[in-house]
Amino acid sequence: MRYIEPHAHMVSRTTDDYVSMVASGCAAVCEPAFWAGFDRSSVDGFYDYFLQLTDYEPKRAAKFGLPHFCWLCINPKESEDIGLAKEVLSIIPEFIDRPNVLGIGEIGLNKNSRNELEVLEMHIDLAARHDQLILVHTPHLEDKLKGTRLTLDALKNNPAIKPERVIIDHVEEHTVEMVLEAGFWAGMTLYPGSKCSPSRAIDIVETYGAERLWMNSACDWGVSIPLSIPYTAMEMRKRAHSAEAVDRLIYQNPQAFLRQSPKFTV
Amino acid sequence: MTRQEILDLYFVETRHKLIEIGAFLDRIARADGEEDFRLKAFHAGLAELVRDEPHAAKRVLLAFSDPTQEPIPTATTQTACGAWPGAL
Repeated sequence: MRYIEPHAHMVSRTTDDYVSMVASGCAAVCEPAFWAGFDRSSVDGFYDYFLQLTDYEPKRAAKFGLPHFCWLCINPKESEDIGLAKEVLSIIPEFIDRPNVLGIGEIGLNKNSRNELEVLEMHIDLAARHDQLILVHTPHLEDKLKGTRLTLDALKNNPAIKPERVIIDHVEEHTVEMVLEAGFWAGMTLYPGSKCSPSRAIDIVETYGAERLWMNSACDWGVSIPLSIPYTAMEMRKRAHSAEAVDRLIYQNPQAFLRQSPKFTV
Repeated sequence: MTRQEILDLYFVETRHKLIEIGAFLDRIARADGEEDFRLKAFHAGLAELVRDEPHAAKRVLLAFSDPTQEPIPTATTQTACGAWPGAL
């Protein structure tokens, strides 16, 4: 089995996780910028974080032969502070041409506030001006439906955005259809408790098809499972999905999307 | 897969989850104090399960979701609680 982990917060994981992932067939890992579990106090904290994502972490992964890529942004949980967000956005261009940076992400909304939406629109504009791919985080639990609708509107309102260059992540049964119908890619996150289980993710594939769909673990500092993609692949095989169908979903699909960045050569 | 195959693969696991729901409701019933909007939303979600209509998972998710369209003025918290307070 081979797979691409398109969304994992490896700075929060142990080196043992890299060993397990590579031993399970992981061919590349992609790490969106996200919330540290606490609010960073200044733009300097983000500067150091972007250095970690673009310099230190790829070296750590390379020790196990694993290509490491990343996405840059200020996470929506820290977007209520517009002043800080503007400062962070101003330093992203300094990092954007680094060899493992795939685009802008994971941007989006958290509580669907006006400031979060303004910062989302600034990120979309930044991506458009620099011709970058976009990875969108959709809100948690009761906020996901509304946040997904607002996000789709914000993306459609920017005429420079091409839907096929945007992945909208953390879809569930009530949001996947609107994302795919609008022409965007959709990510299913295999995360205990708050997002998709393996069985539900496979249900979504069986209901809507595998086109423009990928799976990720989004493993981070919370209770999460770095091997959730290969575990789900095992369950797909139990449900009589062919080896080719599994490979398409967990390797070929993320590869097809990510190869829209010339830096992704896996 | 056939219905028989799906039952073979998932019945015991899902039976376990159903009993957990019963135990959760028993636990709430035994406890003292006031409940809040989350329990009402939970019952609304449960009601979706017994309807003889397709897309049960989607309907449960919608029962917990904020259906409004406008952004809120300010985010006063960073966390989600799982149910929309304005639902009931």
